[in-house]
Amino acid sequence: MAYGPHTPADRERMLAALGMTSVDELFADIPAELRASPLRLDPPEPEQELMARMAALAGRNRVGLASFLGAGAYRHFSPPLVDQLLLRGEWYTAYTPYQPEVSQGTLQSIYEYESLLAELVGLDVVSASHYDGAAATAEAALMTCRATGRGRVLVSRAIHPHYRQTLETYFGGAGLRFDEVPIVTSGERAGTTDLEALGRLLADGEPVAGVLAAQPSFYGLLEPMAEIGRLAHAAGALFVAVVEPVSLGVLAPPGSYGADIAAGEGQPLGIALQFGGPYLGILACTDALVRQIPGRLVGLTTDLDGRRAFVMTLQAREQHIRRERAASNICTNQALLALAASIWLGSLGPHGLRDVAAMGASKATELEAALSGAGAPRLHPGPYLNEFAVSVPDAAGVHRRLLDRGILAGLVLGAAVPDEPSVADALLVCATETTTSGEIQAFARALAEELGLAGRAPAAEPVVAGAGAGA
Amino acid sequence: MTVAGPRLQPTLFELSRPGRGGGKVPHPPADALERIPPDQRRETPPGLPELNEPELVRHYVNLSQLNYAVDTGFYPLGSCTMKWNPKVNEWAARLPGFAGLHPMAPDAVAQGTLQLLWELEQILAEISGMRAVTLQPAAGAHGELTGILMIRAYHAARGDHDRTEVLVPDSAHGTNPATATMAGLRTVSVKAAPDGGVDLGAFRAAIGPRTAAVMITNPSTMGLFESRIGELIEIVHAAGGLAYMDGANLNAILGRFKPGEAGFDVMHINTHKTFSTPHGGGGPGAGPVGVGEKLLPYLPAPRVLREPDGSFRLERPGERPSSIGRMRSFVGSTGVLVRAYAYLRTHGASGLREITDDAVLAANYLKTRLADSGAYDIPFPGVCKHEFIASASSIKKRTGVRTLDIAKRLLDHGFHAPTVYFPLTVDEAMLIEPTETESVETLDAFADALIEIAHEADTDPEAVTSAPHDAPVRRLDEATAARNPNLRWRPATGAWTPCPD
Repeated sequence: MAYGPHTPADRERMLAALGMTSVDELFADIPAELRASPLRLDPPEPEQELMARMAALAGRNRVGLASFLGAGAYRHFSPPLVDQLLLRGEWYTAYTPYQPEVSQGTLQSIYEYESLLAELVGLDVVSASHYDGAAATAEAALMTCRATGRGRVLVSRAIHPHYRQTLETYFGGAGLRFDEVPIVTSGERAGTTDLEALGRLLADGEPVAGVLAAQPSFYGLLEPMAEIGRLAHAAGALFVAVVEPVSLGVLAPPGSYGADIAAGEGQPLGIALQFGGPYLGILACTDALVRQIPGRLVGLTTDLDGRRAFVMTLQAREQHIRRERAASNICTNQALLALAASIWLGSLGPHGLRDVAAMGASKATELEAALSGAGAPRLHPGPYLNEFAVSVPDAAGVHRRLLDRGILAGLVLGAAVPDEPSVADALLVCATETTTSGEIQAFARALAEELGLAGRAPAAEPVVAGAGAGA
Repeated sequence: MTVAGPRLQPTLFELSRPGRGGGKVPHPPADALERIPPDQRRETPPGLPELNEPELVRHYVNLSQLNYAVDTGFYPLGSCTMKWNPKVNEWAARLPGFAGLHPMAPDAVAQGTLQLLWELEQILAEISGMRAVTLQPAAGAHGELTGILMIRAYHAARGDHDRTEVLVPDSAHGTNPATATMAGLRTVSVKAAPDGGVDLGAFRAAIGPRTAAVMITNPSTMGLFESRIGELIEIVHAAGGLAYMDGANLNAILGRFKPGEAGFDVMHINTHKTFSTPHGGGGPGAGPVGVGEKLLPYLPAPRVLREPDGSFRLERPGERPSSIGRMRSFVGSTGVLVRAYAYLRTHGASGLREITDDAVLAANYLKTRLADSGAYDIPFPGVCKHEFIASASSIKKRTGVRTLDIAKRLLDHGFHAPTVYFPLTVDEAMLIEPTETESVETLDAFADALIEIAHEADTDPEAVTSAPHDAPVRRLDEATAARNPNLRWRPATGAWTPCPD
């Protein structure tokens, strides 16, 4: 066996200590009629062959594309120091810090993560991590029900469809109800959460525990978060902001516009795309809700000699203590990803984070101009940060043909949200600090050709000055 | 309060000096944010620390050295399967083709990963004896919720709406009852028989027309194979309920027992236990769920499908209306699954069986050494599976030294402690799981240490009750931490500092 230490002599010695001659004797307690059929699997593979197999599989993925795809997962620059530190075995081969005296590294790193994220979201309590943005959002919605004793939440349809679908699964199980708040379909506020509809939904029917909206929204738009929060609070509901953490380097934090809870996907904080995970569910709340937040919390304390130390705390909320009365069933979380996010934030600092967020906005401005020039204007008029929808006739066909030309032209909205007719012929595109002007121009040229507007293709020079200008 | 010492570290925030750091990313143009409405902008930058690279790296290297880990030593944490985490798996997960793949990328772009996921589903189905597997759940508890929600959907589709109860043995992980609650069901706790197995009489009495499911951990959290498992499954099926297997202890039965063949309807697998994916200080994990025929229609969406031409694709939104829906965003924790796949390929059929044989052999060897020493109570004599319970019940009565003290004293001997005070059904429990990757020399040294500590409890109990003596910190004041929670650092001064360049 590949990683096993036992020589035949070791096994014999251990069996002899048990008074046995065969390891089969250790399995005599499995009733004969229930013993397994032989495993029909391939033989073991030596490491050299395994590496060739894995490299071949990885090689079948096409990752060298000029990509404008975001939609909830974003490519960002990550300094090599981040992954080098993550590869220390003391981090990644430790378990949950059940013995705090020999886990101060993990415990302090989680406390620091909680502190860093508290700064970003402007709320005081941050859980040690959840599975991903969708699960954290569902847990946030459940929190509002526990905290208010009400059984209905309102969810903006401008939240990521995967998050809404996850919430639907969780709520169906818990026997709770949610209604979706439509988006405005035309005019200046097209694509954003419909405030009039929200007002009606809050006034009608069962009392509402929580209102959920995303900033930026799934469509990349900036939502009237303060207004949504005011409406929620006026109805006695809590307000949950679903946020993208890099944007919080430049956008108003949830705590500043009255959010009681913030949830979101931490992947943009330097975590690799890796086809969907492991990612980082962010969940934060006000001090008032601390007993309702699910998941581990690490706090500061002292040891017997008065030395500062860190420890898992308020565990009476958790499943291993509370069992069926726990705030959630979560046990394993995403600690290593929280560490990755902390190191990434530490390596960039406040100014680096602002630069990353602002550079994404700058590249997106450039992208907007280039695509507009190529015949694909923005679908929605409102402000956005670094992601937006563009109108493209036969978006799915164009997207497919551009892929053949090495361009991943964002997301086909008609396929991703088939129940939202107002975005039927559109692509959702994003730019980050990793997007190059060359990629933007290649995208625009190819798109113009696809749309039969080759003559309108922009010149090779960037429309807006990119990297290099002073801050 | 001493904030740092020879081994303890200041926080990132204390290390911060305004103006340090920078040089990682280019500056954007000055007008980059002009089109963002002022009321949507942040007024002051977040109070993140400012550090240069050497300080940051030293901070995290020094902090890491305060941790115990599988890479540093023996970690016999029962029910957690702290086996070796192979280095080649870390390499594989970081291959740019895997690591750089966007989760919403079209199927045509993702054929390598989709093939890997599809093959992994087949391998896990073969190991579990299940009909099909979903890789979507992010952890074991998430897999439990997935399984129980599928069971609910199954009963609902049959118009069987009164099944609101889940039977859970009292020795189960806390996640089982917590899962039942999240799925809107009520937990009925069933006590154990004196031999550690489920009490058949209590089980029969608890089961009925309201039973949606039973959740059974097999081997149990006492490390014992549930020898009446066949009868238990028959009883629950006869009553119209379904049988859920908590696969936390799968490491004990690879190639020896396939839950699906024995009649279980659904089970979850912890890749971070059985299939060596690193625990990462608490996560990530992955909790694939296998189902039999009855629950096949309800698997979460999207599934990975193989087309007749041999290509792979994901189900499209709404393609399979019977699905319970999504449990999370995207496809799953693919990076974890790449590691599990590499591990499974490395071992193959014969290697998987050897894992189990060696894990069970190691646990029985260690158990026998402790039993022979007479130093600890061994509440369930006889053969165990991959883990076993020792108890300090007699030691406590005799000397006042508790399991907690023994756990802390083990740290001084250079070992991580076993799981303690779990399962809740055994007094002063220690749940010890050596795994298959520890040498007989390590097992002997650990047994010697435990025996020595038991002796010390008689001769110098103070040395045990005041342990650890050689860890970075001594025992912690957990009561104050809970009474006056301090859950975040508060930077002493305002966050706004000028950009360094």
